[in-house]
Amino acid sequence: MDKTVPIIEVRNLKKYFKVSKGLLHAVDGVDMQIFPRQTMGVVGESGCGKTTLGRTILRLIEPTSGDILFKGESITGYSRREMRRMRNRMQIIFQDPYSSLDPRMTVSELISEYMIINRTYKTRNEIRKATADLMETVGLAERLANAYPHELDGGRRQRIGVARALSLNPGFIVCDEPVSALDVSIQAQILNLLMDLQEDLGLTYMFVTHNLAVVKHISDRIMVMYLGQVVELADSDDLFRDPRHPYTRALLSSIPIPDISMRDSPIEPIRGEISSPINPVVGCRFAARCPEATEACTGRDIPLRDVGGGHMCACLKVDCRDNPD
Amino acid sequence: MNEYLLEVEDLKIDYQTDLETVHAVNGISFTLEKGQTFGIVGETGAGKTTTALALLRLLPERTGKLRQGTIRFDGKDLLKQSLHDMQSLRGKRMAMIFQDPMTSLNPVMRVEDQIAEALMLHNTDGKGKAEIMARTDEVLELVGILPERKRDYPHQFSGGMKQRVVIAMALACEPELLIADEPTTALDVTIQAQVLSMIRELRDRLGMSMIMITHDLGIIAQTCDKVAVMYAGEFVESGTLEDIFTGEEHHPYTQGLFGSIPNLAVKTDRLNPIGGMVPDPTKLPEGCYFSPRCPHCMDICRQVHPQDVKRGTHTIKCHLFSEVTHG
Repeated sequence: MDKTVPIIEVRNLKKYFKVSKGLLHAVDGVDMQIFPRQTMGVVGESGCGKTTLGRTILRLIEPTSGDILFKGESITGYSRREMRRMRNRMQIIFQDPYSSLDPRMTVSELISEYMIINRTYKTRNEIRKATADLMETVGLAERLANAYPHELDGGRRQRIGVARALSLNPGFIVCDEPVSALDVSIQAQILNLLMDLQEDLGLTYMFVTHNLAVVKHISDRIMVMYLGQVVELADSDDLFRDPRHPYTRALLSSIPIPDISMRDSPIEPIRGEISSPINPVVGCRFAARCPEATEACTGRDIPLRDVGGGHMCACLKVDCRDNPD
Repeated sequence: MNEYLLEVEDLKIDYQTDLETVHAVNGISFTLEKGQTFGIVGETGAGKTTTALALLRLLPERTGKLRQGTIRFDGKDLLKQSLHDMQSLRGKRMAMIFQDPMTSLNPVMRVEDQIAEALMLHNTDGKGKAEIMARTDEVLELVGILPERKRDYPHQFSGGMKQRVVIAMALACEPELLIADEPTTALDVTIQAQVLSMIRELRDRLGMSMIMITHDLGIIAQTCDKVAVMYAGEFVESGTLEDIFTGEEHHPYTQGLFGSIPNLAVKTDRLNPIGGMVPDPTKLPEGCYFSPRCPHCMDICRQVHPQDVKRGTHTIKCHLFSEVTHG
């Protein structure tokens, strides 16, 4: 494992929302670390808490309990003013480029907005110059500077989102489903852009998505979430080569593969649906759908443990493997 | 008996408003044999859904203009049918599963009534209420919804369950042709797997023909017999599943589409996306519609619209493969 200080570390992070029926456990005891220049992929189905996790780490949503550390320093107790200063160092790219941009602002206004708010530069000329540079960095033509978002397609709008996130020179960016609203050919352009920027600027990403092919492509490490908890956390190649948790295995085997030689291998979908995150029962959250569940899986929470070579898995049925082949 | 259940020839559809004309579908032809599944794959705005709506004659009345072409269903020219005859076909012999289960159900009707509605509309042999309700139960069981939930309203169901209800409605009258327009796009991947395997099983059991519309090449590979790749209202490439997935020659757009998806099996450092974007359907480019984005674009591509080049079952609409440019 890397010995450097992680850029982001969260310890037993919880976020519960009060709803009329009780407490909705959106994020329920997550521990993880993201190291510099790495991409942590967060994958799971709708309602698993992946978006809430990303936003809680940036304290756009206040955590219920637990600790968030940025470069070893706890930011959980930071005041609003201190958090505003942190916005220079941690940013977010939102999912939907159609609703996350103010329709009444031009491209250059949108991109310069954060820099004006944070008084990054002293003169208007400097801001104009920085905006033009950012547009070039993310591949937006100069002539679009005075265009409005509705005049642009989804790919270009998402480039604005990327430019906004980059405008304060952050080291860490939460990418919340940044390509999910885009067509595949445009999706590939944005993925390439994000990977190039990571290399050029030395960025660290937390990449939240439901798309397994995308997460494999872009991530160094991947965590799989189910109902607010991490069920498996491993290096990207390792996770896809040797998925250990029954949920991860079900998830991987559910993807329709664009290869006709796989056509005759029967897909056996897992039974049932995700259960309610409101007042969940103690125990493995996946037990109700799990083909291997036994009585031992319920009644107490199943901790995430190392099952060999940094491959973490929260399942009782999985044996440790010291020498993974 | 007819060899083909569905024959579509040279279909052209525009959306006409006072301000502009959108060329949504620009001359597509295909045939569908009984029991076969035909896949149409393409990105947003390629004209996939417009094609599906035209087959059922459900294009928006004021703006949707079917400019030319024929649609033959079981030998009958659909475009010459009266509105009344179309109504007796829709839902009965041809049915559609819409993309978004959240908006294609009536929120104030119990699900069993929504399914019974289709049965009552097509109740040509005078079934009684009890028989219709019995059939409703049967169909719900077919799609895996427990009988105790049949008196629930749509909002009480999850997305996957709602899509099952939509499928139950489409299957209620045992149609010969099922048009599935992105049936799983709104669903999570494990639920998608459940719904897809159910659609496949029901199709085989009921012997239906199917048109599967999707942007996901994985779904095409797992469900279809024949495929067409749609771009800017045209089929730029079509053929059997083998032609498209393992054939050696491809339309540059098809190559771009495959290059854009991250591969789960092989580690790739960079994707090979298609540059640029889909052309404005109100101002389609001269010559080949793909020419502004095409990495192999030649002079002729900007001037002359390419014709279909046929090699057996495999058809490619591209100058790279036509005899004239090479000969």
